[in-house]
Formats: sequence, structure tokens, C-alpha cells
Amino acid sequence: MTTQKINITLNGYNVKVDKGTMILDAAKENGIIIPTLCYHKDLCVAGNCRVCVVEVAGQKRLSAACATPCEEGMEVMTNSLRVRNSRKHIIELLLSEHNADCTKCYRNGSCELQELASEYKIMTQDFIELVPFKTYTIDMFSPSIIKDDSKCIRCQRCVRTCSELQGVNALTVSHKGDLMKITTFMEKPMSAVVCTNCGQCVNHCPTGALVEKNYIEEVWEAIANPDKHVVVQTAPAVRIGLGEELGFMPGTRNTGKMVAALKRLGFDSVLDTDFTADLTIMEEGTELLGRLKKALVDKDPDVKLPMATSCSPGWIKYIEHMYPEYLGNLSTCKSPQQMFGALVKTYYAKARNLDPSKIVSVSIMPCTAKKFEAARPEMLDSGYRDVDYVLTTRELAIMIKQAGINFPALEEAKYDRLMGDSTGAGVIFGATGGVMEAALRTAYEIVTGREVPFANLEITPVRGMEGVREASVKIENPKKEWAFLDNVELKCVVAHGLVNAKTVMDSVKSGKADYHFIEIMACPGGCLGGGGQPIPTSPEIRKKRAEAIYAEDASMPVRKSHENQEVIKLYKDFLKEPNGELSHKLLHTKYTRRERF
Amino acid sequence: MATSYQLKRADFIFKNENDWEQVLSKILNRTSQDLINELISSELKGRGGAGFPTGLKWKVASELEAPEKYVICNADEGEPGTFKDREILERVPYKVLTAMVACAHVIGAKEGYIYLRGEYKFLEPELEKVIDEFEYYLKEINFDFKIRVFMGSGAYICGEETALFESMEGKRGEPRNKPPYPTNYGYNGAPTVINNVETLAHTFTIFKYGAKKFYDLGVQYSRGTKLFSVSGDTPKPGIYELELGMSLQDFVFEFGDGDTKAVQVGGASGFLVPRKKFADTAIGFQGKLTGISLPTGGSMMLFNSSRSMYNVLDNYLEFFREESCGQCTPCRVGCQQLLLGIKAVKRGEKPASYLDKLLSLTETMQVTAKCGLGQSVANSFSSIVENFREEMIY
Amino acid sequence: MSPTQLIIKELADKYGRSREHLLPIMQGVVEHENYLSEYSMVEIAREMDIPAAEVFGTATFYSFLETQKMGRYIIRMCKTITCAMKGKSQVLLAIQDMLKIKIGETTADGRFSLMQTNCLGLCHKAPAMLINHDAYTDLTPEKVREIITEYMNKPL
Repeated sequence: MTTQKINITLNGYNVKVDKGTMILDAAKENGIIIPTLCYHKDLCVAGNCRVCVVEVAGQKRLSAACATPCEEGMEVMTNSLRVRNSRKHIIELLLSEHNADCTKCYRNGSCELQELASEYKIMTQDFIELVPFKTYTIDMFSPSIIKDDSKCIRCQRCVRTCSELQGVNALTVSHKGDLMKITTFMEKPMSAVVCTNCGQCVNHCPTGALVEKNYIEEVWEAIANPDKHVVVQTAPAVRIGLGEELGFMPGTRNTGKMVAALKRLGFDSVLDTDFTADLTIMEEGTELLGRLKKALVDKDPDVKLPMATSCSPGWIKYIEHMYPEYLGNLSTCKSPQQMFGALVKTYYAKARNLDPSKIVSVSIMPCTAKKFEAARPEMLDSGYRDVDYVLTTRELAIMIKQAGINFPALEEAKYDRLMGDSTGAGVIFGATGGVMEAALRTAYEIVTGREVPFANLEITPVRGMEGVREASVKIENPKKEWAFLDNVELKCVVAHGLVNAKTVMDSVKSGKADYHFIEIMACPGGCLGGGGQPIPTSPEIRKKRAEAIYAEDASMPVRKSHENQEVIKLYKDFLKEPNGELSHKLLHTKYTRRERF
Repeated sequence: MATSYQLKRADFIFKNENDWEQVLSKILNRTSQDLINELISSELKGRGGAGFPTGLKWKVASELEAPEKYVICNADEGEPGTFKDREILERVPYKVLTAMVACAHVIGAKEGYIYLRGEYKFLEPELEKVIDEFEYYLKEINFDFKIRVFMGSGAYICGEETALFESMEGKRGEPRNKPPYPTNYGYNGAPTVINNVETLAHTFTIFKYGAKKFYDLGVQYSRGTKLFSVSGDTPKPGIYELELGMSLQDFVFEFGDGDTKAVQVGGASGFLVPRKKFADTAIGFQGKLTGISLPTGGSMMLFNSSRSMYNVLDNYLEFFREESCGQCTPCRVGCQQLLLGIKAVKRGEKPASYLDKLLSLTETMQVTAKCGLGQSVANSFSSIVENFREEMIY
Repeated sequence: MSPTQLIIKELADKYGRSREHLLPIMQGVVEHENYLSEYSMVEIAREMDIPAAEVFGTATFYSFLETQKMGRYIIRMCKTITCAMKGKSQVLLAIQDMLKIKIGETTADGRFSLMQTNCLGLCHKAPAMLINHDAYTDLTPEKVREIITEYMNKPL
């Protein structure tokens, strides 16, 4: 179907656009940027900040460019005096409502309101500052997110994110008029409601109203402490996101430079979460095969299938709140971050002859929920807090800048050992569908002794950005001990963004779905689109990051988790076998039923 | 030049002849096109304040193909100084219901709602009884149309059509982006005719007596009669049906207390007219009248010389500050700035020239706010500040 | 089932469980309990399968859907222009004096709450107020004392 083209004039120039295109997009296609605040590519149009107003000839009032479709013959002026004056007024109004304490703000330098104020050269504040007239809450109870209402400009991007992308609805708009605000159920702290700590609100907030709780100073102090051995692990998605904060285009792989930078920051050992991603595949794959055996051979009625992945702490908290009756379906595996933490203070400490009480375990994550996960009371299986500090990709970038490191000029470096070895399977944990793909690569081969029947190990049906993706793999001619799986069609489903998790869980709940294995990542695109990744985010940016992840996988010499040499050694020297006694103590966990508000 | 127009009282709306069955059965025997033509030729315009031609609304909705269509009576009367809709629903509810059935017949709707403001909950029991009578009748004649009352819960903004739909859909009453307009995309996304209570009552008059009777009343561009809610400093507050087009001078002569300093026409979202402009002001929809012509939802508040216009404006701005839905910047922040601004000027914390900054802010609000509420704050603000500047400062 | 859950279930059975019935259901709960408690909002959310935060966010938009504990009789005094001009302040003082509460407060016995509200549409008979759904007009301090006295004798 071809779209009908219509003629409009933009600032006096004739252009052709698709019928129904919003003025904002039409202008962008033709090289004119109209400023926006409440608009976000990931979200439905709200049209409430009014910063994007433009003049349409013949109309008494200005029109919001984001919400007004082009019509044949429309004459649009995006920069007339009337537009400029109105826009300036609106920015001034927003500033009057905003705690413009810019030099002390975490988003100083990356704030969209600040940028607009600078662009429009708002040099004076004529309007009365409203901030002193009100009582504002700064919610610091969450270990992941700080919500400062005095910096909120009510664009509702966070509310739409929490609802449209995540289906969580922890954040809502309450009250009206001058009292209208963004809050939670009964104005409780974020830590007391359904908030999953996913941080998508932080990623979508234009100002400093929602930011991650940062632990930068704590980490600097640990590094500076000569008594401490500071270990850092880096999640798969960090290496393909970090560059965006440091002058690279989205989709640039910076693994070697990142490792070099971490070494220069002074970490005693720079290790890879991909290692425990591979370990997760061994544990979770064994768990899945065990459950299948119980179901198919032992006919155990209590076995919980489908089994769902447990790597994404946002997803874990979501299911604890929203589908607590399905907690038994979650894999009991800890996430790779927490497996890593538990091993650092046991296996690694022993191997390196270190006192675990002197080890500080830091992780760099594309995620804010990981901060909450590390602080869970059950994550102390090493005898210590398994992971001491979690930093986001953004916090790492801040540290690199603070250290004065010329990141683009760095020579590439390699991860340290022990626990620095990884495979392509570990890397793709960073993209939606990656855990599924990695698990299938290993499980299929364990069961059949053959490689998974996809060209170049690329299990394309589970790749991509479709919200929910189903795939099935038929098992034929398995090894003798897996004979019960002969001709079994392993049904899998992958979802990313919690709104899609809801779709999957509802179809499981209704009994319509007969999946065996579910992969869910809380964030759109998986970890590469995590709440701790560089801002801005958009579908295009996430697509580029995914391409980088898969390119990284393709470039790895080893691409199957069970072939990770360090993982093999770990089992031989320490854990003995997947799902064994020590594994259960260190690498597996349990979940908590939570309230649904 | 003053319009020399005598105040002409009329008595259509509240004339109670209890003849709705006859009127309705005649209506239902006429074709959709015939009824639309009748309405269009009457030149009836919406009586809620915006003044959109009613016949055109019905026509557009009748021409749309859709599985569901709705007729909604907007009884969320909340404009300060307006109380006519309550009186209509109290005294002649059957006229409104007849008109709703007529509209359903014209556009092909199966469901109708009366969105009744929470403050008028006491009207609901009687209204339900009349609805039952109608439903009984409609069942008898095999006409498939259900009418329900939807109660509001205290939010002025829900009188804005799209906010009203949102409210009916169980959400916060926040106005939508327009386009799309209600007639195309209204309640539940379906084509919807939404009319004010009084507008519907007038259609009863038109269908009963014919368009000409209505058209012959009033003046060009402002045909027919209109209910006026008269309050404030007047010896005879109440509701009056008058022909449109009278001069404010004549109005004050009739309703003033001899000391009228200003009249607020159209409620808090309307305009304040000072004494010196009474003679040049005509009450009607914008047209080619001499002098100023003001549309109005029918609120007429009179102020005598004992009243401080600063206090009046302060009261309005507090109203808007609270009743703004809060979603769009110009309205939410603008209303707060205007209120704090006039207080600051009054207290001497800001210079008198700050009033000009605020006036230019209201111009921005007028052209950038998402809905009629934010757009119309400028009306009372500028008309009060421009005409009574001294009272704002000293 | 708790009494609140029963009320909510009955309301949901009567109106339906889709989002468009949220207002009537909340109004129904307020009829019984005078306000929407945290508990009732959670239960409404559960019964209708919608987020609790949205129930709260929607409720707080509407001034008649209180989310703070309210008395049995909620007095809503109109504060808009005509009532303000016609002596609403004196009437309000009389009420406050009689009930020993300020605006926004509830009497210790839980009988009365005193609120201000915007235009009630009774401007020609200003000043006006509502007590629950009943309108009282042409108020004076004397008249309002009589009205309140009547309510003091009503069952709680």
C-alpha cells in the first residue's frame, strides 16, 4: 500500500509528506528540529508540555507539532516570532516550577530542560519561583532510584514508560491543578510499591527528577583503600553501550577499551559477568532438563513448567508482585551478577589466596534493578554481601571522565583471570532472546551430541525486537540418557519489556500456552536497553546496540557456554557438578511474594 | 454606537405542557435529513459557551458509518455563575430526554448518557424516574435507545467535551489532543454528539414549533433565546430566558441595583465589562454587531461599586489554579503564576509593570494551552486588569 | 470477605469490571464509607484488575472522591465568587465555631468534615453549601447553626 503524499509549506518552503504525518516528524524529515520535552519515540503522544507549538496559517491558536497531523496545503511556521515568544514563555514557566539547582544536579549537562533554557537563552527569571511555595518529597528509600519531585516538569514520560513499556504502573499522575504531581499509590516511597527498579523511568526522564542512586564515591573510596582488593565485573551490554557516553556512535563495541579504562581506574581485577552468564546456562539448562525429566519420565504432578529465566531482577520483582502464584516456575538460578558475587568471595578468594572480608565486589551493569538485587537480604551466600556496589553504565562513564581518561585513545586490554573467560553465548545475554539462544545452543548439544540445527549457531527465531517471540526446537535422535526427549518439540517464548511479560504470563495463566521455557527481560530490547544504559534511548538506538551484541558474539572464538574453559575448570575444581550441593548453596536462590500496589 | 435593543423576555424552555409524547412521536416520524435541515435552518448554536452550530454537529455524526455512536448530554455545569442547566433538569427534564432521543434517531445511536456533575447528585432520583418513563415509552414503540445517568465527582474540567469522555471511560478528566474532534472520535472512540443541556432543550422548542419561530427571535448570527443565570449584586437573581442580541446597558437597566460597576459575562472564563462599555456591548455570538459582542454560556454576574475587582480576579484565579487538570504547562503553571503575580503586585513585591508581563503570559496561554480552560483564563484576566488596573495595584 | 470487599464485589457485579465503571464503583464505596481508604482502593484494583496506582491517581483527580478519612456528613461550603461576595466567610466561621474544626478537618466523633468547594451552581441563592448530596442555600450564620444542629441529632 502506498501512502498518499500531500503538499505543505514549512517555513515558506514547499515539501511533500505522507498524509497523516505529524508536523513534528514532517519537520524533522525536512531538516527542521522542533524542540520537545514530553515527546519520546518510545511512547504515545501526550502533547502536554506545549514546547513544540508551531504556527499554522489561518489558525488563531498555535498547534502542538507532536500531536497535529499535516493536512493538504497547510502552511506551518516553526520559528515565527509568535512561536518563539510563546515557546520562551513555556520554558520560563517550566523553569519557574523546576528546582533549577543545576550545578548540584546529577543530570547537570545532560538535562533536556537545561539544554532548552540554554538554547533559548533564558537569562532572567521574571516569573515567581514556585518551588519555595511547595513541599516536595525527595524519595531516597529505594536502593536503585531517587525521585526528586522538585525537579519534575510533569511531562509524564515516566508515567507513560511505566505503563506503556512496562505495564507496571508504579508511577501515576495524581491530583489536579497546581497540586498535580507524579507519584505512586498513596504517595508511598517507590521502594514500598510495585516498582521493579527497572529504571526505564530514569532512562526516559528529561530532567533530574528520576535518577539512579549512585555509588561512585563509595567505589572510589574502596579503590583508594590499600587494604581492599577491589574486583569488578562487567555485564555483557555495558561494552556495547558505554561508548555512547564517551563520544562514540550507538552500536560501537568497546570491550577492550572498557577493560583498559577499568584497569586505569585502579580496580585490582577486571573480570567478566559473561563468565557467570555461561555458568548460568550450565545451571539453568540442567535445571530445565531436570524439570522436563520429572514431568515426562517421573510424571511428577508438582513439577513447575514452563520454567522461566531469572536473570533479570526487574522481571523477578515484577513476578513477585504481579504473579506470585508462579514463583515456583522461576528458575532458582541467581542472576549472573549474583553468581559472580557469590563466587568472588569463595572460589576466587580461595584460588587467589585472599581474605574474602577484604574483597570489595563491584559490578558494572546496564541496569538499576541490579542495585536492588545486590541489596536483597538473601544475597549473602558467600558469608558476606555477594556484590557490594552496583554501578550503571552511566556511572562508569562518569568515573572514566572524572579520572581524566582519554577513552577513545585507549589501547585495548584483555580481562584478567580467574573468571574473565567468556563465550559468545555469554555475550548475547545482553540482548532479548540471548539467554534463550545460549541455552538452546548448550541444551541441544548436551541432549543430542550435535550442534543446534541453525546456520552459524544463530537461532534467528528468538532474535529481533518483536515484543513476544515464540520458537520451537524439535529434538530428534537424542543420546541414550535423554531418550525421553525424542521427538519432543521444545516450546520456547521470549519477551522483553514487562508489558510483554504480562502478555506471556496471562496466556500461561489462561492455560492457552504450552511453553516449556520462557525468557523474560524486564527492559525493552533486553539488557542493552536497560535502565542503566546511556540516555537517550530509542528503538533505533536499541537496534544498533543489538547488532553490536551479535557482532561481538560472531567474533568470539568460543560461542557455546559449555565450552567455556574456565567454567569447566570451576566445576572440576570447586562446584563438582551443575545443580550440585555447592551450586545450590551459592548459585541458587528463592523468591518473595509481594503486594500488588 | 450603542445597539438600541430592548430586553425581550421569552418563555419557551420552562413552558411546561407535558406533551413530550406527541412531540417525540412527530419527531420519530420525520426523516433524519428533515430534522437536520430543520435544526440547521434554525441556526441554533451550542449554549454551553463555545457556540458550535448544533445542526452541523448532528449532520456530521449522522453521515459517519460506525457500529457504535453515542448521544451525550453535557450536564457538567460548573462555570461560576451558571445554574440554568440544573433548573432545566429539575423542571423540564423530558425536553432534554426528547431531544436526546431525537438525536439518536438522527445519527443512529443506541446509547445515550447524561453526564451529571457530582454537585447535582440530588437531581438524580427524579431524573431516573423520568428516564424510566421514557424507556417504557421507547420500548412500547420499539425504539432501541438506552439513556443512563453518569455521575461526575467534582471536577470543573470535565465539562470540556474530551475530558468528559475520559472521565466516562473511568480515567482522570484530562482533555485530549484535538483533532480528532468528538463528533468523529468521542466516547470510547466512537462518533459522539455531545450537547449542552440547554442546547438540547432548545431543539425541543425547534422541533415543536418549527425552526422559523426560533430563527425569528434574536438577531443575525445570534438566533433564538438563551437562558441567563443572573447573580451577584442584583435585586433579582435567578434564571431568565431572553432573546439574544440585547445590549448590556439594557440588561443592567433591568437587573442592576443602580450602582453596577461591572458585569462578568460568561463566568470566570468569560469577560468583565466595565460600566463605560455597557452601551457598546451586545450579548450574543460573535457577529457583525456594532461594538463588542460576547458569546456566553449564560452566566451574568453583576458587581456594584462596593466590590474590589482585585478580589474578584483573585477568586477566579484560585478557581482556575485548582480546577486546571494540570497536564499542560501553560495552564498548570500559568494559573499559579497569575495568582501569585497579582498578589505580589498588590503587596508591592513586584512593580506595577509586572502586570504587563502577566498580560503577555495570558496571551501565550490563550494560544498554547491544550484546551478551552487554559485558553480562556486570559479573558477574565485581561479584561479585569486592563479595565481596573489601579485596583490591582493599590 | 471483609465488608469492604463485599461492597466492592456487589458494585462490580452491578456495573461491570471494565475500566469505564471505575467512577461509579468508587462513588459507591464513598457512599458507604465516606471516603476511599487505602484498603478499598487496593481491593477495587484487584476486583477490576487495574493498577492500584491508577485507582489512586484517578480518585485524587475528583474532589468528591476523598482519599483521606472523612466524617459521616461532609459539609462542602462553596467558595466561588458569588458565595464569597454574599457572606460565605461568616457562615464558615459559624460552622467552625460550632464544630470546633478548621477547613479540611473532621470532628473527633467522626460525624462532620468541613471542606470548601468550587461553584455549586446555586449562585442566585448564595451563599450555598452541600451536606453530602443535599444542597442548602441563602445561608446565614443563624440558619447554618440550625441546619448543623439537625445533623447533630441524626444517627451516625
